[in-house]
Amino acid sequence: MDFYLGLAQIVGVHTLLGLSAYCVLLTGQVSLAQAGFFAIGAYVAAMLTVLAGWHIVPALAAASLVAGATACAVGFPALRVRGLMLVVATLAFGEAVRLFFFNFDYQVAKGEVKIGPAGGEGFRQIRFFPENGWSTLDVLVFIWVFVALVMTALWWMDRSRAGAVLRAVGEDEVAAQSAGINVTAVKVSAMTVGGFIAGLGGGIFAHYTAHIEHAQFGVALATFAIAYPILGGLSSVFGTLIAVVFVQAFLIEGLRFLGDWRNLLFGGLILFAMNVRPRGLIDAATIAAVKRMRIRNREPGNARTQGAE
Amino acid sequence: MLELKALSKHFGGVRAVDGLDLHVRQGEVFGLIGPNGSGKSTVVNLVCGLFPATAGQVLLRGEDITGLASHVRVARGVTRTFQNIRLFGQLSVWQNLWVAQNSTEHRSEGILRRWLGGPGRAREEIDRILEFSDLSGKRDELAGNLAFGEQRRLELARAIVAKPVLLLLDEPAAGMNAEEIDQLDARIRKLKQDGLTVLLIEHHMELVMAVTDRIAVLNFGQKIAEGTPDEVQTNRLVQEAYLGVAEAA
Repeated sequence: MDFYLGLAQIVGVHTLLGLSAYCVLLTGQVSLAQAGFFAIGAYVAAMLTVLAGWHIVPALAAASLVAGATACAVGFPALRVRGLMLVVATLAFGEAVRLFFFNFDYQVAKGEVKIGPAGGEGFRQIRFFPENGWSTLDVLVFIWVFVALVMTALWWMDRSRAGAVLRAVGEDEVAAQSAGINVTAVKVSAMTVGGFIAGLGGGIFAHYTAHIEHAQFGVALATFAIAYPILGGLSSVFGTLIAVVFVQAFLIEGLRFLGDWRNLLFGGLILFAMNVRPRGLIDAATIAAVKRMRIRNREPGNARTQGAE
Repeated sequence: MLELKALSKHFGGVRAVDGLDLHVRQGEVFGLIGPNGSGKSTVVNLVCGLFPATAGQVLLRGEDITGLASHVRVARGVTRTFQNIRLFGQLSVWQNLWVAQNSTEHRSEGILRRWLGGPGRAREEIDRILEFSDLSGKRDELAGNLAFGEQRRLELARAIVAKPVLLLLDEPAAGMNAEEIDQLDARIRKLKQDGLTVLLIEHHMELVMAVTDRIAVLNFGQKIAEGTPDEVQTNRLVQEAYLGVAEAA
């Protein structure tokens, strides 16, 4: 049972990470900086609960704000470049953040032990949950409350004018600016919101793993972050969630029995999924089909509803 | 309404627009014609701010807008259509108009309602423009799935929904059949009636001669003639630019 609870926690946190990249991808930007924002959130939240003795909720809020502010600051210079150059620029930022934490040593003596981030050894003893007697299930519920909040907010945004504007920028920047859209402002806003969500995910991640170190926030994590929304499709936030479940539960955990062959199959299955569903697992056509189905079920003359009466 | 003063745009050694002076009056449909590569589209791109001018000024209602970003010019009332249609293909027809909507009522709604609210009051105005563009039946269709003529109409609708004072049409009739061109003609006249100023770039001479009040002719980035359609048609320089100079004559 604990295995599944642990898996559900991972899925929750990675969904937040994927959603942070989803925001940025909507505007057509591929950002490999999300792992960097995730790392900033993790360290800030952990330092606030461990060193400053904060409760986790304000610590997460502060971590999200710091990560969001960083994303905003990075967004202005980074979004001046496009395409491959942006990938390189954001990758460089992510690596810079990782190397910063590799060298970041800020330990405070607490009783007989020293606590706090210790450079390459990482930041141990992030014990807010056990110290306050939270069970694994409590933690799981806590995580998914945030996932649900973020998903609802993004789902709402998707259906609003803001969502349409983000997609318009993602499709054609020249047309967007000729339609009166301030493209730079839109892209930086998306980056900021993405950084905020990544920071939140990172803060939660730090507390359930209890030990963070620079190596966890490398290129692999950044790649996962953009892989989820690309694999899941940019038509709906649920695509990202499904992609995380597909990758984390099915590909990583479900195929564990294959041993070393798993990694080979992992790449192959992602390629397969992208070939079969080039616009993502959930695309615009899927959504249209679901809508049609709902409308058909509501019509009075429908065979199925008649049978039910 | 629109004044260009010694406007120039050089791409490397190519003088796409070379010291152009132009004055488009309030409420007129002004045609800009010329052979391929004469710099017409560059003029539109300079007026709407897609790229910066090398030299010279663009004045809108007496105000210098030369240095303004594209989206700021849209807010000032300059909108355009593209020669190669540029719609948001993965958005629905009505969303294409929603993102461009810029009316004053809409702006007064406050930032949260404007960005995170649903369609609300935006809907009526968009529906009206969809009807004007003969697209009412297609409002929920993805723009990318529309037929060519419908895409042209939607692009025009997107330029109108931002409530412009000056509309730049870059070859709006390209690829259209005769019937569609007639409808376009009627639409341009209707927009003129509503007080809009139009700068029309077009190769389809029948449409240009029918719908414009005045015409300027460009060749190699310079204005070689200007006047009413009749005057321009009989201008010797214009005939030479289009047909080439008869060597022996």
